Amino acid sequence: MKLSKKWLQVYVPVEASDKEFADVMTLTGSKVECYEQEGSELRNIVVGKVLSLARHPDSDHLWVCQVDAGGDAPLQIVTGAQNLTAGDVVPVALDDSVVAGGKQIHSGKLRGVESSGMLCSLGELGLTTHDFPYAIEDGIFVLGDDCDRTPGTDIRKAIGLDDVITEFEITPNRPDCLSVIGLAREAAASFKLPFTVPVPQVKKGEGDVKELLSVNVLDSENCYRYAGAVVKNVRVKPSPRWMRERLRASGVRPINNIVDITNYVMLEFGQPMHAFDLRYLSGGVVNVRKARAGETITTLDGVERALEPSMLVIADADKPVAVAGVMGGEYSGIMDDTTQIVFESACFKGTSVRLTAKKLGMRTEASGRYEKELDPKGCRRSLDRALELVQLLDAGDVVEGVVDCDCSKTGVTTVPFLPDWTNEFIGIHVPADEQIRILEKLEFEVKDGVVYVPSFRGDVLHPADIAEEVARFYGFENIESRPFTSTTAGKLSPTQKLQNLACDSLMASGLSEIQTYSFISPKYFDKIRLPADSPLRTVVTITNPLGEDTSVMRTITVPSMLETLARNYNNRCPEAYLFEMATVYIPVEGRDLPDELPKIALGMYGPDCDFFTLKGAIEALLLKAGIRDVDVEPVADCPFLHPGRAAKLTAGGKELGFLGEVHPDVQENYGIGQRTYVAELDFNTFEAASDLVRVYRHLPRFPASTRDLAFVCERAIPVLRLEREIARAVGKILESISLFDVYEGSQIPDGMKSVAFNLTLRSAERTLTDEEADSAMKRAIAALEMLGIHLRS
Amino acid sequence: MKSQLEELRRSAAERIAAAKGKSDLEAMRVAYLGKKGELTAILKQMGKLSAEERPVMGQLANEARAYIEQQITEHAEIFKQKEKEERLKLETIDVTMPGTLPRRGHKHPLTIVLDEVKDIFIGMGFQIASGPEVELDYYNFEALNIPEGHPARDTQDTFYITDKVLLRTQTSPMQIRYMEQHKPPIRILAPGRVYRSDAADATHSPLFHQIEGLVVDKGVTMGDLKACLETLAKGLFGEQTRIRLRPHHFPFTEPSCEVDVSCFRCGGKGCSMCKDEGWIEILGGGMVHPQVLRNGGVDPDEYSGFAFGIGLERIAMFRFHIDDLRLFYENDMRFLSQF
Repeated sequence: MKLSKKWLQVYVPVEASDKEFADVMTLTGSKVECYEQEGSELRNIVVGKVLSLARHPDSDHLWVCQVDAGGDAPLQIVTGAQNLTAGDVVPVALDDSVVAGGKQIHSGKLRGVESSGMLCSLGELGLTTHDFPYAIEDGIFVLGDDCDRTPGTDIRKAIGLDDVITEFEITPNRPDCLSVIGLAREAAASFKLPFTVPVPQVKKGEGDVKELLSVNVLDSENCYRYAGAVVKNVRVKPSPRWMRERLRASGVRPINNIVDITNYVMLEFGQPMHAFDLRYLSGGVVNVRKARAGETITTLDGVERALEPSMLVIADADKPVAVAGVMGGEYSGIMDDTTQIVFESACFKGTSVRLTAKKLGMRTEASGRYEKELDPKGCRRSLDRALELVQLLDAGDVVEGVVDCDCSKTGVTTVPFLPDWTNEFIGIHVPADEQIRILEKLEFEVKDGVVYVPSFRGDVLHPADIAEEVARFYGFENIESRPFTSTTAGKLSPTQKLQNLACDSLMASGLSEIQTYSFISPKYFDKIRLPADSPLRTVVTITNPLGEDTSVMRTITVPSMLETLARNYNNRCPEAYLFEMATVYIPVEGRDLPDELPKIALGMYGPDCDFFTLKGAIEALLLKAGIRDVDVEPVADCPFLHPGRAAKLTAGGKELGFLGEVHPDVQENYGIGQRTYVAELDFNTFEAASDLVRVYRHLPRFPASTRDLAFVCERAIPVLRLEREIARAVGKILESISLFDVYEGSQIPDGMKSVAFNLTLRSAERTLTDEEADSAMKRAIAALEMLGIHLRS
Repeated sequence: MKSQLEELRRSAAERIAAAKGKSDLEAMRVAYLGKKGELTAILKQMGKLSAEERPVMGQLANEARAYIEQQITEHAEIFKQKEKEERLKLETIDVTMPGTLPRRGHKHPLTIVLDEVKDIFIGMGFQIASGPEVELDYYNFEALNIPEGHPARDTQDTFYITDKVLLRTQTSPMQIRYMEQHKPPIRILAPGRVYRSDAADATHSPLFHQIEGLVVDKGVTMGDLKACLETLAKGLFGEQTRIRLRPHHFPFTEPSCEVDVSCFRCGGKGCSMCKDEGWIEILGGGMVHPQVLRNGGVDPDEYSGFAFGIGLERIAMFRFHIDDLRLFYENDMRFLSQF
């Protein structure tokens, strides 16, 4: 909402500086986005009177003028314009001046003749013929008698280009502030200045409106008030300068007196108005009704639009002539030959207008206001104001009377007046009479412990709303902050602590945290080769996505991770080690909301990176979380993983997740030219298996015996199986067992491998004898013999 | 014999001093003190001495041996020292060469800032809560005083799953969900992902993070809200930071406010970061609307509360001078490794 300072000052004598005005209004709740001095770009341009003009000696189109610009002597200025005569008063850009667009003007010679400045057109002042309809576009702006024509006067002051425009951000609960009157009320309360809402005075007209116009509101729920009046003998002409100026300052282009009146009233009182040409209102009838199936309307912008039965229209006897609250029809506007008009001032239900505007894809100035539910009382006052202006501007003859269908609720909203509660709720100490003063300034009435809410404040319903009004004008900045003492214990939950621990462990392993979108494209499932019947393809689907790429909620983290790895690969990052604490969204049959499951996603590529780099990071994570009992099984049928380099992890009997090298086809789909590794762990399973309790074990008091054992077995037998068999056979004196070599090649038969372990044996009670250690080795060898695995000779 | 011993001491001392290395010293030990050495040769003459002279000469001979041994030991020590010094010299490395960095993982900048915010609030007795991102219309809108047809629905372009299920547009549904499950006193911080149908550009993202705060207790006032937010602002931007509450409107708080902090670059004088205003908007909040308390099962006649919502990306962008929101979700290593 743009507010003209001059217009505001008609109602409230605000004297604050522009900056102070902006600051104070912002702090009382009318947020100022910015403010701007009109014509601030212009410099050193004054009013000048053309004393005489003569042809340029060396040109057939230039004129040499003598101009009185208020100085001691006339100035000689050369111009190429052809619209001047002696005696004209014009804008003169003096030596060293700036015109609109930032162009600098200096004295100089034009074809040998001295010129000490430039005569300006409207465009060079940043204006158009809408601002000064009597001026011409391609010539010098000759000031009319609506301007100050004293030579030497600053042009901005002379033509009224000296307003200050303040732009407000008005919140949707305050449609009353989308008007000069509304902001004047707020300004008066903010600066403690007097203010009364003007009451329009319409002089008695001729005839009777009822003979020319009848109004039938057929849907009073969606049109709670409709007021209409008629003006005859319309005299369409430009409106006076003051009106054009205020419209321009408010960002509205002046058109003609009738259109300008409707816009002026809307800006002043916040009530959209419409003027219909009575000629095109068949039968002189206005029917406010729902559109009929199949009806269409060509709106003012020339577009034919199909209407739906949910849309409210203004119709004459035959057809819709306007979409209620949104836009008028093609023939509803004012034309040069218009003689009789109907002014409409109505209140339509906000939701109805909002939905209609949305369906038609045309949000207009009017619909934006109607959406917020307008004051039914303001509706009638605005119509009177329009008629008052018609009489003031002599724009036509007002026909006596107004057709007013008022179906609005007549009751006044009341709220208990609770000054003590307000003080307690906000944390202030404002005496009751001061609270009353604040409220009355905003046109609330306080009587016998009850607050009567003015009709234009539909947002005020509760004592908390009253408290806000008091707090705003007492000043939020005056509310004292109260030491905020603790009544509850602040802490992270065990789950949150475990999340932090997991992040720390992964970062310590060299992985960096990423954040990826929760939504993906359904095509990504093809990219990772998920079979058509994969349950992971059952997704939460967004009905109105921005695009297919972000249209379904992910059920697996792999596509997001691969996408990120691919982006880094394409950006020529030599390596990337990544993880994400991610969520997947799994639809649940028969429930509205999906399961949102936390996952730990891992992914990496790089010159030093292989399957065991990834596995090592996971093992470090599991160790950190105290998860010791993990089963690792090779997986050959995971669609997006290498069939020989993938594993499934199980902890506590539940599937913890998977890890592996990305299948070469998937890698190719993502355009990654390096072996890439991904994993996904289920955080809930991880948490259930975690054990952060630590109990100290005594340091060993007796020496350990170490032994090495090497076996030859079939290549396909997992090392883990041998390790577990040896551990079982050796029993509790086994302190640790670690794989130190796997070898295939000469001396080992084809299809076989040699696997070597290092064992540490120790007893907590005594030093083990060599015999005990040897016998343990024999048990291990015997156990593997049972599996057909022999000691390497 | 006495003179022989004296001569032996003198010549030994001279030659030991002239020794060029450990092997010279060893040779001298043999030459003077060995079985066939000079001292032994002199001692062989002891038999010819009288009984009175023998112990005197014996003592002199022992002194000479001790003296020579000491000389050899001292010089051997010097050689050892020298040798060590030379070795150390050879072992000199170029200490300006780079160290061997372990591979280090980086925390995402959003997590860094979120952790800071969490810390500040945990210090004020807050717990951290979370809730669903795929949410019911009821929790996201209706229970927050935003019924069907409310203009506020237009400003939050919503992704819908079905008519009544959507991707939450704000973390405020957590207010209702938490109140339904917990009795006051309540002090929670609920960070999380929120979604709005805005195409991604430098300042918009279809997905971003909010941090919701909710306090409900007996006698909670706006003064408490102010104190709480002052602590946040000082914790995030430094002790000198001031805050400013401006009246605003949110359907689920009354009174509502937007909160500015004094510009952390210019301190409030006005600069390009704060667009010459001296203030930077960082969050919105207010007193929980009585109807919202009621919707959460809390009696507004007994309890009051405040709530606020912080945009995490906005804070992180200010904190790290990041000028494009998309960087957070592109996860380029060249970006991540800066944190």
